[in-house]
Amino acid sequence: MDTVVQTLVNALMQSSFVALMAVGLVLIFGVMRVINFAHGEFYMAGAYVVFWLYAQHELPFFAAVVAAMIIVGIIGLIIEQLLFKPMRENPLGGLIMSIGVLFILQVLAAVIFGVGLMKHIPPLYPGATPLFGMDGVSVPWQRLVAFGIAVVLLIGFWLFLKRTRLGWALRACAQDREAAALQGMSINKLALLAMGLGAGMAGAAGAIMAPLVRVYPYIGGPVIVTAFIVIIVGGIGSLEGAVLAAVLYTFFHTFVATYLDGTIASILGLLLMLLVLTVRPAGLLGKGEKV
Amino acid sequence: MTGGGLTALLAVFCALPFLVALYRLDILIFMLINVILAVSYRFLTLAGEFSLGHVVMMGVGAYGSALATKEAGLSVWLAAPLAAAFTGLLALLLAFPLFRMKGFYFLIGSFAAGEAIRLSWNRFRDPFGGPGGIVFIPSPEIPLPVLGMVDIAADPIAYYFFTLAIVVITIVVFYRLERSRFGLTLHAIHWQDVLAESVGVHIWWYKTFALVLASAFAGLAGGLLGHYLGTVNPTQFNLHIMLFVLVWVIVGGTRTIAGPIIGVVVLTVVDQGLRSLDEWRPLFYGAILILTVMFLPHGLESLPRRAREWWEWARHRRQPPVSDDEEPPESDRPPPQDA
Repeated sequence: MDTVVQTLVNALMQSSFVALMAVGLVLIFGVMRVINFAHGEFYMAGAYVVFWLYAQHELPFFAAVVAAMIIVGIIGLIIEQLLFKPMRENPLGGLIMSIGVLFILQVLAAVIFGVGLMKHIPPLYPGATPLFGMDGVSVPWQRLVAFGIAVVLLIGFWLFLKRTRLGWALRACAQDREAAALQGMSINKLALLAMGLGAGMAGAAGAIMAPLVRVYPYIGGPVIVTAFIVIIVGGIGSLEGAVLAAVLYTFFHTFVATYLDGTIASILGLLLMLLVLTVRPAGLLGKGEKV
Repeated sequence: MTGGGLTALLAVFCALPFLVALYRLDILIFMLINVILAVSYRFLTLAGEFSLGHVVMMGVGAYGSALATKEAGLSVWLAAPLAAAFTGLLALLLAFPLFRMKGFYFLIGSFAAGEAIRLSWNRFRDPFGGPGGIVFIPSPEIPLPVLGMVDIAADPIAYYFFTLAIVVITIVVFYRLERSRFGLTLHAIHWQDVLAESVGVHIWWYKTFALVLASAFAGLAGGLLGHYLGTVNPTQFNLHIMLFVLVWVIVGGTRTIAGPIIGVVVLTVVDQGLRSLDEWRPLFYGAILILTVMFLPHGLESLPRRAREWWEWARHRRQPPVSDDEEPPESDRPPPQDA
């Protein structure tokens, strides 16, 4: 019983940061029709910002997280302005650009911070707390902090999309670019906003996870694969679908990993994605769209 | 390219192993194997779909051939073609789910299928050896009159020429096929798939055949790699390597069969030039990729034509004439499905 509850808790904590990654990826795809392969590298960049400011320069952890969001968001803006914008009419162009960005960001991280050792960042709140009064169930404080930040960001993002005019514009643009442009919305400005927000959230995901994992230049790889599975299963272009799929998939993955084996869990996840693509390409909550 | 040019090129490739230091022969052999990989990959993209599973297909050939020789005791000469055929068969099976998808979905679907296969090698130690892979794979041997059985993988020059022969066969096969009715139909599917379907082309079969053939050749390349190195492991076929293949093909250009060959050769040379900058190398790959897509969308292969146009423009300050063999502009393409 304890193991089951513990696994549930672990999965819930994990799903928050996966959702943060997936939502940004979906937003960027929705507005710009670009599949951002470098999204995992944004995550990596966020983790390195925390390493640099919090572990090396001893800034407060929360300031480092905010800085990670801003810095990675700015990286996203630069990439949009320089690389994605000229490729607007070429569906594969943006994707190829993002592959180039992926190589460049990995090398920059390796050169600036060194490849040799994985960076360990001391957690802000060491130790763990028992949950639900059960002895076998505990969660590290740091994970709880990460979960809290992720949930706050997701709710803030959701409110932004639903309650503000800019948020409406973003959703309109994601639904139908041409119609949005005809209504006088600037696609280029909205694309900048989407890229800034998407990259910023990926940076935040990396920042909050940094003390929980070992940081090295290639941590983005497994993360982007998970994010791809999640956005496909959720229905690409659907933000609610991405969050729902993030929770469902992480629960599935965590349970299989706990009771069987991590690699088997990943294989099953990939096969699940293949199945969704074959049988219901629109995903859980996606609109009917020809694949 | 003219016949004379091709002969000259072949002469250069025949002379090459005698001009470089022995340790560089390894690099030349890998380059030739990569040419097979890139040329077959381009054939797959003719119908307009980009796959992220091609390198795993190479791995299927490498693992298949390694297991057939080590476990079943087959001769390399039988095992490698069998493994290539098996790779094609696997591609045929994968075509059923994969070709229900297009564009980005195909890209991700092919990645999912490939990565699932690759992770299985990692996970199942029993036949595949886990993360360490398979070691001590037998080398190909040929019986010679006086010398007896000669191990050609032990002599890089012999293996170089052996690989070169297979590269030439590969290029001839794909070149002829592209010029055939089959290849022209693939082009038609690329530009106007709905139209092609409406005049009675069974798109699925054409795409599937392209995938099966390209995968079989990738499998053959894998066999060549495995029997030369004597070892295969899952990291040799991961997404990073696949992205490198994508870079070769896109930087070289996909319009003609020369493109991927140029891409592989030029980037191998650049890569060797950057040996001293070890960890910076992927950065140059990324930068070259981005610059190519921005300024030479048809790849290095189109450089002579573009250079001529730039020169015309610089001399006469006028817009260069659009050459006749230019691709239809973006706007003539069918709109993307998601628009």
